[in-house]
Amino acid sequence: MNKLRIGDHIVLLLGVFFMVFPVVLAFITSTHDAVTVYREGLQFGFGDQGLKAYETVLTKAGGFTKEVNGLVMLKNSLILGFGFAIGKIVISMAAAYAIVYFRFPMASLCFWVIFCTLLLPLEVRILPSYEIVQRLGMVNTYAGLIVPLIASATGTFFFRQFFMSVPDELLEAARIDGAGPWKFFIDILVPLSKTMIAAIFIIMFVYGWNQYLWPTLITTDEGFFTLVRGIKQILQVWVGAQIPDYDQAMAMAILAMIPPVLIVVIFQSWFIKGLVESDK
Amino acid sequence: MSNITLDQVRKVYAGNVEAVKGVSIDIADGEFIVLVGPSGCGKSTLLRMIAGLEDISSGEISIGDRVVNKVDPADRDIAMVFQNYALYPHMSVYKNLAYGLTNRGMPKSEIDRRVKEAADILEIGDYLDRKPRALSGGQRQRVAMGRAIVREPAAFLFDEPLSNLDAKLRVQMRVEIKRLQKELGTTSVYVTHDQLEAMTLADRLVVLNGGNIEQIGAPIAVYDKPASTFVASFIGSPAMNLIETVSDAGGLKAKAGTGLQGGNPGGLQACTVGIRPEHLQVVEAGTPVGDGLTLTVKVNVLEPVGAESYIYGTIDGGGAPVVIRIESHQTYDINAILTLHAAAKDVHYFDAETGRRIES
Ligand SMILES: Nc1ncnc2c1ncn2[C@@H]1O[C@H](COP(=O)(O)OP(=O)(O)OP(=O)(O)O)[C@@H](O)[C@H]1O
Ligand SMILES: [Mg+2]
Repeated sequence: MNKLRIGDHIVLLLGVFFMVFPVVLAFITSTHDAVTVYREGLQFGFGDQGLKAYETVLTKAGGFTKEVNGLVMLKNSLILGFGFAIGKIVISMAAAYAIVYFRFPMASLCFWVIFCTLLLPLEVRILPSYEIVQRLGMVNTYAGLIVPLIASATGTFFFRQFFMSVPDELLEAARIDGAGPWKFFIDILVPLSKTMIAAIFIIMFVYGWNQYLWPTLITTDEGFFTLVRGIKQILQVWVGAQIPDYDQAMAMAILAMIPPVLIVVIFQSWFIKGLVESDK
Repeated sequence: MSNITLDQVRKVYAGNVEAVKGVSIDIADGEFIVLVGPSGCGKSTLLRMIAGLEDISSGEISIGDRVVNKVDPADRDIAMVFQNYALYPHMSVYKNLAYGLTNRGMPKSEIDRRVKEAADILEIGDYLDRKPRALSGGQRQRVAMGRAIVREPAAFLFDEPLSNLDAKLRVQMRVEIKRLQKELGTTSVYVTHDQLEAMTLADRLVVLNGGNIEQIGAPIAVYDKPASTFVASFIGSPAMNLIETVSDAGGLKAKAGTGLQGGNPGGLQACTVGIRPEHLQVVEAGTPVGDGLTLTVKVNVLEPVGAESYIYGTIDGGGAPVVIRIESHQTYDINAILTLHAAAKDVHYFDAETGRRIES
């Protein structure tokens, strides 16, 4: 038994090491100046410029037009992450609610059509999507960044499965208690779905946060750049004898990791609490 | 007035399943009606039609002289208690009780008064802040009742509310439900497949079989004069002994086996006789039959249940099974042959074909 425990711990430690090592390395490297990094590659000991790179990244305007700094990109990323996650949850809950609770013709066909779109990732429909957004004049807007992506087959599927497991009697009791469709949704279904919402929120936030291709297409105005694009932008300055600010790129990568980690940590405790308490 | 009238109510489910086949019942104000029958006989369907949770295929339901066929469940002025209680899991007990009232826009003070009052009646005052998951089955049951009571509706509808409780608690809650219903005087329709629950709770029983009413009546009247072999075998535990007979010059004889001799005062042809286990007396062999019935029965099993005992046997000569109630502590040998007698007034006659009661 004890022996087994030690074995378990070794496996876990290895896993932790494997996951955390690159992050630590990035952090250490970010404390060296760009020239050192360029000359000697990744660093294994702390350098002498401390957290200067972070300050620079957050406050110094960079890019071509010099109108976007790290804080602006952080704001853009947060808007994209939250807009993406919240939009997906709202839309997929509404769709699942319609599919499960309203007997409209061909409800199950509708569901399977939505389900099939799971097989079609964004990349497949990226040209028509771009065309539509462009014609609607939503290029370089937050709406253009978020709205075309918020339909979610995954979310709809999970909420549908969850709603179907809610006992019918709950709906019937609510109907007798005078709750219409809207009240039943808000008063009963949404609170019951807390755990599901937390889980989907985590997944979708991180997914939205990490979006690269779509923002690259839709936002050409640097004022809309996200952190993920910002990293790329720092590395993209090969002009003449200039070398990229590797320290700043590392710093930005670390910064870009923090919000998703926070979201996971915060929502996870919620999520586990929901799981433990859950009863329908 | 909150009487409920069902007039030729039918329910046909998709796929042409006729679950309820033209049921008419007049339920008086304040009456406690129990719908009883075996699984799948349409009890829940009927109740859910009264509640408005199922559409009525044809016929008419009125509550308090208002036809409610097209009225929303919320507007029928009924409250329902479900088998699995259907409490809102994320709301405290207080909120569970208050929800229906809040939705109707009742002032806070009135809601508070009603909830407190119901909590007092049901002794759940200590749990008002708890979530349902932190309650025992019995307490949840009370909360479910409370949710019905606070509404002060025209009628309570119960769908097997006690079947998730253990045997002891079930008896306790049964008594409680009866007491409450009498106290509040609210018209109630109660669905169960447990004949004992049905007998003890009902002002009147409605025995359903395959979507049809077999019999309506006070429990004791149904017990004393079952209208058919179906009712006879369903109401009473252990069930009434039913034995197929044929008649000859000497009276009635068992169709199978040799151990039955009966008078035939009504001059019946072939019929099914019914005798309740408690109406069979063990007598000396050779006791005259008279207008009654004599059985000779081989003892198979003796089953003491405490206050009384039951003998399970078969009619001598390979006939039908028979149950006899005897006093506790009396014993008989297995395989002994007993002579049993039932008085004429305790013998029921049913048509051999239709199973309907033959009045003698
Ligand atoms: N939604 C439905 N669609 C089709 N048939 C149904 C539906 N609901 C019930 N039935 C059928 O109607 C009949 C009556 O069902 P009901 O639920 O009323 O039975 P019950 O008397 O309440 O039985 P139980 O004691 O098992 O609850 C059954 O044969 C059942 O299969
Ligand atoms: Mg039922």
